Amino acid sequence: MKKPEQRSVDPATVELLEYAGSCGLSVAWDRYEAMQPQCGFGQLGICCRNCTMGPCRIDPFGDGPTEGICGATADIIAARNLVRMIAGGAAAHSDHGRDIAHTLLTAAEAKDGDYGLKDAVKLRAMAEELGVETEGKDIREIAHAVAEICFGQFGQQHGEVVFTARAPEDQRRRWREARVMPRGVDREIVEIMHRTHIGVDNDPVNIILQGIRASLGDGWGGSMIATDVSDVLFRGPAWVRSRANLGILDPAKVNVVVHGHEPTLSEMIVAAAQDAEMVELAKSQGAAGINLGGMCCTANEILMRHGIPLAGNFLQQELAVATGVVDAMIVDVQCIMPALGPLTQRYHTKFISTSPKAKFPFAEHIEFDESRAMEIARQIVRTAIENFPNRKGEPRVPDHTNPLIAGFTAENAFNMLGGRYRSTYRPLNDAVMAGRLRGVAGVVGCNNPKVVHDYGHTEMTKELIANDVLVAVTGCTAVADGKAGLMAPEAAMKYAGKGLQEICRAVGIPPVLHVGSCVDNSRILIVLSNMVAEGGLGESIADLPVAGAAPEWMSEKAVSIGFYVAASGVFTVLGEPFPIQGAPEVVEFVCGGMEKLFGGKFAFEADPIKAARLMIDHIDRKRAALKLPGPMYEVPYAPRAAAEEPQAAG
Amino acid sequence: MAKMIVVNEQRCLGCRQCTIECAMAHTDARTLAEALSLQQPPQPRVHVEAVGASGMPLQCRHCEDAPCLAICPTGAISRPAEGGPVLLDAERCIGCKFCLLVCPFGVIELSRDGKAAIKCDQCFERTEAGEAPACVAGCPTGALEFRDVTEWLAERRRQAVAAVARARLAAAAEEAKT
Repeated sequence: MKKPEQRSVDPATVELLEYAGSCGLSVAWDRYEAMQPQCGFGQLGICCRNCTMGPCRIDPFGDGPTEGICGATADIIAARNLVRMIAGGAAAHSDHGRDIAHTLLTAAEAKDGDYGLKDAVKLRAMAEELGVETEGKDIREIAHAVAEICFGQFGQQHGEVVFTARAPEDQRRRWREARVMPRGVDREIVEIMHRTHIGVDNDPVNIILQGIRASLGDGWGGSMIATDVSDVLFRGPAWVRSRANLGILDPAKVNVVVHGHEPTLSEMIVAAAQDAEMVELAKSQGAAGINLGGMCCTANEILMRHGIPLAGNFLQQELAVATGVVDAMIVDVQCIMPALGPLTQRYHTKFISTSPKAKFPFAEHIEFDESRAMEIARQIVRTAIENFPNRKGEPRVPDHTNPLIAGFTAENAFNMLGGRYRSTYRPLNDAVMAGRLRGVAGVVGCNNPKVVHDYGHTEMTKELIANDVLVAVTGCTAVADGKAGLMAPEAAMKYAGKGLQEICRAVGIPPVLHVGSCVDNSRILIVLSNMVAEGGLGESIADLPVAGAAPEWMSEKAVSIGFYVAASGVFTVLGEPFPIQGAPEVVEFVCGGMEKLFGGKFAFEADPIKAARLMIDHIDRKRAALKLPGPMYEVPYAPRAAAEEPQAAG
Repeated sequence: MAKMIVVNEQRCLGCRQCTIECAMAHTDARTLAEALSLQQPPQPRVHVEAVGASGMPLQCRHCEDAPCLAICPTGAISRPAEGGPVLLDAERCIGCKFCLLVCPFGVIELSRDGKAAIKCDQCFERTEAGEAPACVAGCPTGALEFRDVTEWLAERRRQAVAAVARARLAAAAEEAKT
């Protein structure tokens, strides 16, 4: 069994893993070890359960069956499995977006409801973009019209998902030529399920193209709607200071942890937790106040908009409960382990589910309803407060946190560079063109016990920033980097190369920019589009000196994100490979052929530093193609001649 | 002639089909679903352990000088057929667990009802009928083979000799070039 320090590089996690080990608590890492060896047919993607003539397995060594019973080859089987993962991931993001669009409709219709329209500026910008009449219209009318259009993207059957218009013309041309322009968010996901049914699509590349189409309906559709409409409802984020890690939990206060994804819930919990009456109630129970912390993406949403601290990322969710001081763990959808059910039984912690779509063993279900949002949020917070006296045993809160700055968006990051009145991308592009910034990277994704916890994210980030690559982060990566202190401005002096340091010093930004939750990866798509529009860095996203990575990914959502990023022209490196390595044609397309169509492709590299170098090599190649000079200052990983470049595991 | 189960761990993908086949070969239930509904569900006698990123199936080696046979106080463990498998008679077994303790491979365990020890019997009823043991027959990648010991050794020697011959040929070709 691995020791705690072999499982994570985060000191708070190591401390709690030691405690968990000593009292026989089962955590995800233990269950991962018990699952070894994991089935190689599954890992290679060559097991098919799509019909009951099967289940079928392809023998990767070639001696046994090389086709399923229907005749499907390894490539067909792996392609079908892969795009069904995209369907699952795109569905998750898109349902989130749908829910947010519905909330906007609710906010527009209910004059005295609990949801307001906090960002009229963004709303008007969207209205203008969508051709909604704003002259002489009440803000609610505008919101209603915008909400109808957004909501309509999900059920749309023809045409193009409207926000694809934000992508550079060259990328849209590529999508139309490859016939992957998404027609409607839900339609593309349904078509994946159809095409992967037995006896429908049996051309591996054709299958993958439909997967790409659905992923674009996520990135430029469902997720983008979630991001933008969340901004309209709850305010576009501004730069905030906060802290990260389990050390934010306070034994003297009522600790409420909100975990999951949709700000429709977490925003209301924030309001309820700050309500004077609730605080009084907490004090009457002997607590010093109410301490709210978040986990996973909903944490990033309320961090970006309210500075609420981050308790931890995906793999730490059980450990939060093990501190013994979480009075309520409130969850909605996605990335919530059912293991929390039996675990919370051993502590006083109330495990509260809120979504009719997401029920869990041993959870108390308090169903959230937008039409009674604050009432229910207060009920939930009251439940937490009333649980405060029930704590058992000694608190075990690891004394580890780090300060961070968050709240960067496509709109406001460039306020910093151009000043408040001249928000512009020019300084960013100029910095890249001059070589002060070598390029930009997006590092995103989950945790996975196959990778030492947080090691993938932090090592990759440090290697990139040391080499003058500005890094944008979302999701669990952002939490990891935040915990490691990489999102404090001081990190520039400690870890960044000279060029990036200069920029950070001049502008006051950290070398790692927190741009939000996983649906906020759509903000990165907008940044890239704006960089192209600003000029000087090519005509398309595929020309930009940028790269993407997900060093510790695990979820189907990550597969969808990976595909919409790669299909938008960005070279993307994954830690864990896709489960396709038993299917050579699929690997060839995903790691090679798709680049000709979209300008982006994948590579698989488990070592985060090697992966970072693959990204840097790619960035250097793009610089060379744009006839830009090399990095302005000396960098630890110098630009290589093309012939020397190492190949990824592929 | 003595036969052995050969494990090619490089071919093991950890799918555990062997454990299912083994369990089903040692039950009266005719289907998996029926087997799962039994009071005492069937028990596999082969285990798949993790070795790095792949798996390795492990079962009784039917040792020529079996420590379990030597230690058993009731004579429950014996080798009835010369060159054949080492068999454990559950009726005679008192569950003292000494055989568990002395087995170097950890492949003897207690039956689910805890009353006797249980281990691989090389599917002797199948092999007498000319079939391979269930785990071997069921393995989808050929990670398990049932081979005659002498034949397997002869094949290994042929491979070794062929390798030497290839090396000699390559060296001669190099010579001829210069």
